[in-house]
Amino acid sequence: MSKRTVQFKIYRYDPDRDEKPYMQDISVDLEPSDKKLLDALVRLKVKDDSTSFRRSCREGVCGSDAMNINGKNGLACLTDVDSLPQPIVLRPLPGLPVIRDLIVDMTQFFKQYNSIKPYLVNDNPPPERERLQSPEEREELNGLYECILCACCSTSCPSFWWNPDKFVGPAGLLAAYRFIADTRDEATNERLDNLEDPYRLFRCHTIMNCVDVCPKSLNPTRAIGKIKDMMVRRAV
Amino acid sequence: MKIAKHTYDAVIVGAGGAGLRAALQLSESGLKTAVLTKVFPTRSHTVAAQGGVAASLGNSTEDNWHWHMYDTVKGSDWLGDQDAIEFMCRKANEVVVELEHYGMPFDRLDNGKIYQRPFGGHSQNYGQSPVSRSCAAADRTGHAMLHALYQRNVRAKTQFFVEWMALDLIRDADGDVVGVTAMEMETGEVSIFHAKAVIFATGGAGRIYYSSTNAFINTGDGVGMAARAGVPLEDMEFWQFHPTGVAGAGVLITEGVRGEGGILRNAAGERFMERYAPNLKDLASRDVVSRSMVTEINEGRGCGPDKDHVLLDITHLSPETIMKRLPGIREISIQFAGIDPIKAPIPVVPTCHYQMGGIPTNYKGQVVAPKGDNSNTPVTGFYAAGECACASVHGANRLGTNSLLDLLVFGKSAGETVVEDIQSGNLRLKPLPDNAADFSLARMARLENQKDGTNVHEVRLAMQRTMQKHAGVFRFSELLQQGVTAILEVAEQAKTTEIKDKSMVWNTARMEALELDNLIEVAKATMISAEARKESRGAHVRDDAPDTPEFPNGRRDDEWLKHTLWYSEGNRLDYKPVNLQPMSESVDPIALATRTY
Repeated sequence: MSKRTVQFKIYRYDPDRDEKPYMQDISVDLEPSDKKLLDALVRLKVKDDSTSFRRSCREGVCGSDAMNINGKNGLACLTDVDSLPQPIVLRPLPGLPVIRDLIVDMTQFFKQYNSIKPYLVNDNPPPERERLQSPEEREELNGLYECILCACCSTSCPSFWWNPDKFVGPAGLLAAYRFIADTRDEATNERLDNLEDPYRLFRCHTIMNCVDVCPKSLNPTRAIGKIKDMMVRRAV
Repeated sequence: MKIAKHTYDAVIVGAGGAGLRAALQLSESGLKTAVLTKVFPTRSHTVAAQGGVAASLGNSTEDNWHWHMYDTVKGSDWLGDQDAIEFMCRKANEVVVELEHYGMPFDRLDNGKIYQRPFGGHSQNYGQSPVSRSCAAADRTGHAMLHALYQRNVRAKTQFFVEWMALDLIRDADGDVVGVTAMEMETGEVSIFHAKAVIFATGGAGRIYYSSTNAFINTGDGVGMAARAGVPLEDMEFWQFHPTGVAGAGVLITEGVRGEGGILRNAAGERFMERYAPNLKDLASRDVVSRSMVTEINEGRGCGPDKDHVLLDITHLSPETIMKRLPGIREISIQFAGIDPIKAPIPVVPTCHYQMGGIPTNYKGQVVAPKGDNSNTPVTGFYAAGECACASVHGANRLGTNSLLDLLVFGKSAGETVVEDIQSGNLRLKPLPDNAADFSLARMARLENQKDGTNVHEVRLAMQRTMQKHAGVFRFSELLQQGVTAILEVAEQAKTTEIKDKSMVWNTARMEALELDNLIEVAKATMISAEARKESRGAHVRDDAPDTPEFPNGRRDDEWLKHTLWYSEGNRLDYKPVNLQPMSESVDPIALATRTY
């Protein structure tokens, strides 16, 4: 097999050392087993141990290695390195404060997630065994519960960029609908009240960047639409 | 150097399934609790569990906890402690139902109950026929569970220290645990967490092997910290090689695939498991299936141009079943094997997956170590649960779905014990020793000032290759002996690791060097314990302990029906008896027998 070399252009910023961020041009030779962008980044880190990024499961389920790859948000571990035009331009997720290199401060993102009360609310004393739910009722949660909180969606959303403190964002709203859609949850009205606000829900202008970038092929826009429908129906 | 000090009733290290489950007990009891985690909680490796969690709910086939207990004892090759196993199997329904009440999105049967599927080594009526015991959320059970537990902790207002890496355990002159040191990733600063109780829930160390299903973060941090602090490690020779890692990539393909009807085939297309396990076939326990696969490959019946893997075939299942029950597996196969399992079989190979051994505990989650005549004396203030702990319920081989059960049962149990011990006044805040942080600071200073040192990546690679070659699926006396020498050499190199990046901010080079210190402890424990155990049992099968009429499967109950204890200092080995007595007098012990499937 011929030697594969990858050219990177990587956003670098270490507040301990750099006065301001810069784009680093660097290349790395890959081994035949290096298939994903994350493999290439790990290889690069061997060459320059100061290259900083988060990573864990390397199989698209922990949500650690979200970044902006050639202008589009995605997970490094699910992106085929050979499919990317070079130089591969890597930037941190847009719209969140950068801590260092590709590592962003996700406080605001999780604050919005927490704000929708992301847990089942049911104040009835639980039965001795499981609460019952039909397969059809359970199916309503498909496409909702699989979110990995990688933030690819919210950080690709212009409404979230403008109002990260006021707009819940696609990830948080997907989670809100996950509980609204759950037949075991009894807080639908409170959940709708919580979102009835010019910003929290209604800043979604169905730009659909969230759907375009979701590495788990989820559809936050559809979930947001369903919440909006429920708001309208509740009003009449 | 002035060091920040935080004081809590209890500190939990790790926010995977076990840590989050323990945290719920503490937060809901009102104790002042800190949960330290080096990754955001939902990034913990519990998230990657796929096939299910065991509980004898009996929703689709008749079941009871006695059968589950029997399967678990037999699966452990009788090395598991029967009191802890009874405790776990009896508690299973309670903790799984609780999780459902928390909101976990289990799949459902037509009658609305939790969906259950068959899994390896789980049977009805003491080994007679497969049972549907694995409670599943498609093939994303771990993800659904970890998120449900995290969400419940949001509700309970648990206090997390996210992206803080624990460095070392603090013990006082009595040997009691009084806290931990930890580094905040964002600032690089070291702090002391002073507490009445410390619970370790730090997960496994599968990254000691070159080929592993485990996440990058699975570096045995708690196990390493315990070893450095003088706590012995139990049964570290027992590592589970999962039969179905994607060949080349190592990514896990759940046993649930075989639970749904998947079949392993060799190059001739033969369903070879029929020869090795006539009764449970592809659903025999994991050690048995992995060895059968390696035997097929070693005897030339492997698949592919290099005949180095076998095939996992689900092409006979309906696309609807695959899309409904195994959607994540389909994604993984397309991503990492480049094939769609609806159309073609998945290339798989046994891959390091789970650490059966760990920090010795009892079923209450208390860490125990020999003291005087008692080999199970609790270490005051120290608790552990989940993969980092050894209760011991998995013994020499863990059954699939028992790991998620383990972390629920023992996470809860450790939490309950801490609450009891603190509320009863048994545990109080003991003063910190004067030198509480010195050891951690010395480690950091050594790393900071190291010149002409070794390279972290190279040392780690040398360790991983050594473990892979010398302590794999099959073990050889000669290779183990050479392995001990080799791993001790690697451990020497690890003492002088050098990093180029000296930044204080989110320094991942430093983090990896500190993680390597933990991995090395685990690797030494594994190799030395394995070399010493001169029998075959469960996942530890060696060439010089073959299957004979006198000693079926090479198991030597006359000499080796005992737990290994490895001490880091001097690489000393000790042993303690296996508890063959169940917890309750009314429960009969599962008598020793030859293990066949």
